[in-house]
Amino acid sequence: MADDTKSKTKLLDELEKGPWPSFVTEIKKATATNPMCEDLLGQLELSYEEKKGHWKHGGIVGVLGYGGGVIGRYSDVAEQFPKVAHFHTLRINQPSGWFYTSDALRTLCDIWERHGSGLTNMHGSTGDIVFLGTKTDELEPTFKELTEAGFDLGGSGSCMRTPSACAGQARCEWACYDTLKLCNDVTQAYQDELHRPPFPYKFKIKCSGCPNDCVASIARADLSVIGTWKDEIQQDDGAVAEYAAGGLDIKKDVCDRCPTRCMDWDGKKLTINNGECVRCMHCINVMPKALRPGKERGATILIGSKAPIVAGALLSSVLVPFIPAAELFDTIKELLSRVWEFWDEYGKNRERVGELIQRVGMANFLDGIGLEPAPEMIAAPRDNPYIFFRTKEEK
Amino acid sequence: MTPQPKRITDIGPPHYEKFLPPIIKRNYGQWKYHESLAPGVLCHVSESGEKLYTVRAGSPRLLSIQTIRLFADLADKYCGGYLRFTSRNNVEFLLDDPTRIEPLKKDLREAGFPVGGTNNAISNVVHTQGWVHCHSSATDASGLVKSVMDALFDQFTEEKLPAKLRIAVACCLNMCGAVHCSDIAILGIHRRPPKILHNILPKVCQAPTLIASCPTGAIRPATVDGKQSVEVVEEQCMFCGNCYTVCPAMPLNDPENDGISIWVGGKVSNARTAPKFTKLAIPFLPNNPPRWPEVVDAVVNIVNVYAQNAKKFERVGEWIERIGWPRFFQLTGIEFTRYHIDDFKNAGQTYARSTHIRF
Repeated sequence: MADDTKSKTKLLDELEKGPWPSFVTEIKKATATNPMCEDLLGQLELSYEEKKGHWKHGGIVGVLGYGGGVIGRYSDVAEQFPKVAHFHTLRINQPSGWFYTSDALRTLCDIWERHGSGLTNMHGSTGDIVFLGTKTDELEPTFKELTEAGFDLGGSGSCMRTPSACAGQARCEWACYDTLKLCNDVTQAYQDELHRPPFPYKFKIKCSGCPNDCVASIARADLSVIGTWKDEIQQDDGAVAEYAAGGLDIKKDVCDRCPTRCMDWDGKKLTINNGECVRCMHCINVMPKALRPGKERGATILIGSKAPIVAGALLSSVLVPFIPAAELFDTIKELLSRVWEFWDEYGKNRERVGELIQRVGMANFLDGIGLEPAPEMIAAPRDNPYIFFRTKEEK
Repeated sequence: MTPQPKRITDIGPPHYEKFLPPIIKRNYGQWKYHESLAPGVLCHVSESGEKLYTVRAGSPRLLSIQTIRLFADLADKYCGGYLRFTSRNNVEFLLDDPTRIEPLKKDLREAGFPVGGTNNAISNVVHTQGWVHCHSSATDASGLVKSVMDALFDQFTEEKLPAKLRIAVACCLNMCGAVHCSDIAILGIHRRPPKILHNILPKVCQAPTLIASCPTGAIRPATVDGKQSVEVVEEQCMFCGNCYTVCPAMPLNDPENDGISIWVGGKVSNARTAPKFTKLAIPFLPNNPPRWPEVVDAVVNIVNVYAQNAKKFERVGEWIERIGWPRFFQLTGIEFTRYHIDDFKNAGQTYARSTHIRF
């Protein structure tokens, strides 16, 4: 326990109290292996006193031959806290689905004990393993040991960012395609784009196995790959009866919550009008033993989501309603080459692909990438009459 | 000169198959259904009849190598060394022996890592770097998460809410986290225009790029003390910070005026209703470290009012859509202000365009 009369971090010490695991305790633990963390605590305490951050803006640092993966960070109070004068971050590409062995984690810890603060994020918001805080001189040696151990850096800046995936078929009965494999295949296919920024701005790909979307791809990925199915929900009537016998109110909690009211429960038999089902997952979530996604599985591809900066937050919108699971990788590669070509040609500096689509219009974007418009792409047709009719016939 | 050994580059991440436990390799793609055995404990059953047990524990995301080694030791002790992390910074241990669940839970609890975060609980908080490591943060993310989760701890270890509830924290409008689609979002905000550092501006950034970076066109070229610089039309500034991202001479940090806003009703899942954005609940609360009592009280209040009023399976946004926004403000006691009315692009889409009013 910290001694209140001697502690130099009285405000931060408050955050060691209470039941939730404390990040302050983590930083203090790491001081055992690296004194950088003492100055990190000191600078953070100063931020808590002054209500102000003390990291300087960016700084271009990295490893030889890569244009991403390292975030430069310098203290603006380095005289006071010299051990964190440089405190750069490395982003390290996580294995698909964030699965590890204890040995792999220990290897990462040992590398980071030798070369950095010993502090990490497991994981960063995009999905990378984040090594938090080291000096410029240590970047290349860290990278060398990481690659020798089979790990590589993730993306930053105007690179393709590290793709991520839900647990998928490794641990989920709802995964409508192999999210781990697609995520890994896409990551390996675009190593150049991941390490050497080729784009107007960042580009994120996230793979969710079903419409529950556990990696938030519809909110956070420029290209969202969300598993779905085309045929009928698989139904086990015996298991439905078990849920009813167990006290589940199937009419109220399942049928009445269905967004298209395509289900009926007569007290004995559950009937689903699959033609009206929009694959929302609610009934399957409530009765996982009785209902499962159909057998004709694949994914919906959506495009363009992002957080607010610059032109406002966007959710992804439908680009391809259904691609069979077996065709996903090849179709996505073909799509990406056309999307990136259009973005490269027309995108402005720091304009995400979703913002470009907003600016030029989805119809022009579809023309540009050679996709036919489909009614599944829209919530409703336009409600204004200002149509840019073509005055010349297309060839 | 001696030739350098060839550098290894562009190898990508290690293949995930190396890290999958044998029970997962045997049943990959063959999972039939799952059951919840207790908060934080899931059981997935394969077509083959084999059962995989997952024990989920919360973490502060910012982890020392000492704690990661502790997780590795626990994985060795209980499940052959196999573990994973979730998209919300939880750690999950993957067991094939159900008799080891309780001893593992005990070890986790004793080490200070709560088991829970499944189903109708508040799972771990997705959040950003804050003052620990970011140059543009208006607040600290880790401290907010710690303070809020201390107050909502039982909601993590129990499953007693109407539906799942997802909280996210971002320390500025860049929102490095799915803050814009969370049930409750805590967002650090700046409220004063950038203070232009005219003496360094010509050295550290290009004026045309800087001017083009402003989404409202508030930045104009100007000559200051005989030197080329820029000026900001303050009425047009919405404090987004994009200019600071492209130019270090435009800092927005302002301890007196930076603070926190609270947003509600977003979701990512397609279950029942379509994914939706969070919407503004509280435009400003003071930045009050180390415990942010005003923010904690506001979040706990929203959680409690939701828990008391929502129907089973209703996420926060679905509940508010059913009862209407006027009632949300009435039930929570949150003041409705002019700042709640959108005035950015396409603002009219959020105006009430019907006479459907509850009196």
